[in-house]
This record gives sequence, C-alpha cells and structure tokens, in this order.
Amino acid sequence: MLPMMQRELIDKKKWVTKDELLDYFAVSQCTPGIISVNTATFVGSKVGGFWGSAFATFGVITPSLIIILGIAAFLWRFMDIEAVRYAFNGIRIAVAGLVIAAVAGLIKQSVKGWLGISIALIVFICSLVFDLSPILFVLAAALVGIAIFLAKRKAGPKDV
Amino acid sequence: MSEFLWTLLLLFWEFFKTGLFAVGGGLATIPFLYDIAARYDWFTDSQLANMLAISESTPGPIGVNAATFAGFHAAGILGGIVATLALILPSFVIIVIVSKAYQRFRCSLLVNSAFETVRPAAVGLIGAASMNLIEAAIFPGAAVTAFSDVLSQISWIALALVVICAILAYKIKKHPIWYIGAGAVVGLVLGYTGLL
Repeated sequence: MLPMMQRELIDKKKWVTKDELLDYFAVSQCTPGIISVNTATFVGSKVGGFWGSAFATFGVITPSLIIILGIAAFLWRFMDIEAVRYAFNGIRIAVAGLVIAAVAGLIKQSVKGWLGISIALIVFICSLVFDLSPILFVLAAALVGIAIFLAKRKAGPKDV
Repeated sequence: MSEFLWTLLLLFWEFFKTGLFAVGGGLATIPFLYDIAARYDWFTDSQLANMLAISESTPGPIGVNAATFAGFHAAGILGGIVATLALILPSFVIIVIVSKAYQRFRCSLLVNSAFETVRPAAVGLIGAASMNLIEAAIFPGAAVTAFSDVLSQISWIALALVVICAILAYKIKKHPIWYIGAGAVVGLVLGYTGLL
C-alpha cells in the first residue's frame, strides 16, 4: 500500500512530504494495529486534525467493509456446492504456502541476533504447546525489552 | 435481542484487544483470530482458513478484511462493522495522540527497545498460528482428533503443494491473488480426479 500512498498523497495531493510519510510509516510499525490504517490516521491528522484522521481512517477501511460484507453475505450459500468446496481445498493450500513465505520474510526482517531468535523460538513453541492468550506473549516480550533497556541504561548512561 | 447485543459487546471487546496487541503487520491478527475461534463458537478453524483465503485475495489490509469477515460470521452485517471498528479503535486513539508529538515518540529509546523484543515474539506467534493454516490445508477431510489419524488422513499431495507454493511465493513476489487463483484451479482438478 505504501507505493500507492506515495503516488496519491505526495505527488498528486501534496498533503505530506516524502520524509513525513516515511516517518509516519516508521512510527506506524512501532504502534499497535494495522500499519496502513495507522499511516492513514497519521496523514489525516496532519491534513485536518482530529476529524481529518477520523475520516482518513474510516476511508481506508470502507472498501474492506463493503467488499468483505458483500462476499460474506453471498459466499456461504455456495459452500455446499462440490466445485466450490474443491476450489477451497486448493485455495487453502495456496494460503498456507503464502503465509509460510510471509513468515520467512518476517523472520529475515525482524528476528535478529541470538536474543531475537530465542524469543521467536520460545514464543513459537510455547504458543503451540500451551493454550495461552497471544496477549501474554506480547506483554512478556515487551517487559523483556524494557528490562534490557533499563539494564543498559544503568550499566552505561552514555550509551543510551 | 439481548443475546445479540451481548454478542456484539463481546465482539467489540475481543477485537479491541486484538487491535491493541496485534503488532507487526497484516498477519499479526491471525494468532488472535485463532485464539478467538478457540474460545467462542463464532467460527471454526476451517472456516477461519477460508476467511483468511478470501481476506488475502481481496483488496484492503488482510487484518481488517479478516476482522470484518469474522465479525460477520459471529453476528451478521452489524457484527462485521462492530468488529472492524473495534479493531482499529485502539490504534486510532494512539496515533491521534502520538501524531502531535511523533518526533519525540520516534526517538523514544524505551519504545524502540520494547519493540526490539516484541517483533520477534509476534513472528513466533504468527508462525505458530500458521500451523493451523497448514493443518487446514493438508487434512482436507474431517478434522484430525487423534494422533494416530495423522498418517492415515494426511494428504501428501497437499503437503507437497504447500511446500512448492511457499517456495514460489518467497522467491517470486507476485500478488497473492495469483497463487490463490492457481490454488483454486489445482483444487478443482484434484477434486474431480479424486486425488484430494
């Protein structure tokens, strides 16, 4: 979605500069939620304050709402048809493959160093073995990160 | 009616939490959706696999699409709207606040440090959730209930195709719709020839 945002928001509407958009994108990755929605909220806020962000956010989710509700309302009536079931057997294979590829990309991008690898592995195994809420893992990982930050600051204030 | 309202409230609560804690891109909501599938009777794991397939192949962020779909499954059109709005509400509030002082936020070493460890954790969660998707793909028949069923019910063709698709999707970064379209065709062929 970033290339499209660049074209529309920087080149055509001139609402934001390239640096601003990249900043928004970077911060959107360090805040919860869906990155492209967060970026839209950011741009809206810059252009039109609170209401700007409200309308931009609503705008970015509206196509999803309409398309998905449309599909959802009709699709399940066809799920009993043999051909549709067969097609979905194949589609689920494709989705499993796509998600594995995406996870491989995420590992390359976000799992760095022995700390990152061990956190990813521990969370992977624990969430397969134990029936725990994903929230617990996210909070625990955040606490580890904060503890490391505080320990580093205590060790050498000049490095931070 | 009151039961319907209660469902909407639960939907709001569950997707609000998802929006607050799902960190790290579009796939980050998937572990939360499986968690919700396990705790409520709104949709099954295999329905969720189908929903994710459609969410991947339609425009819009997959996280938003999947929330709309899941909400619809739980409580109709209103459910879809409630789940979607609940999903984006936490980040909306956070961004509206942060956008006033994002320069300072960007430089916050504490936030950066927390995300250094949260991101790999999110990858671990997504990896574990993707096991559900693999399971839905390679056991096209009934759900596997006992470990002894695994070898007798696994579809080796499906497993091979999952591996091939993963390698192709990783090497050639085409839009997901191409893989999903090809998957539908392969599913039809294998279905009518009785191989899957």
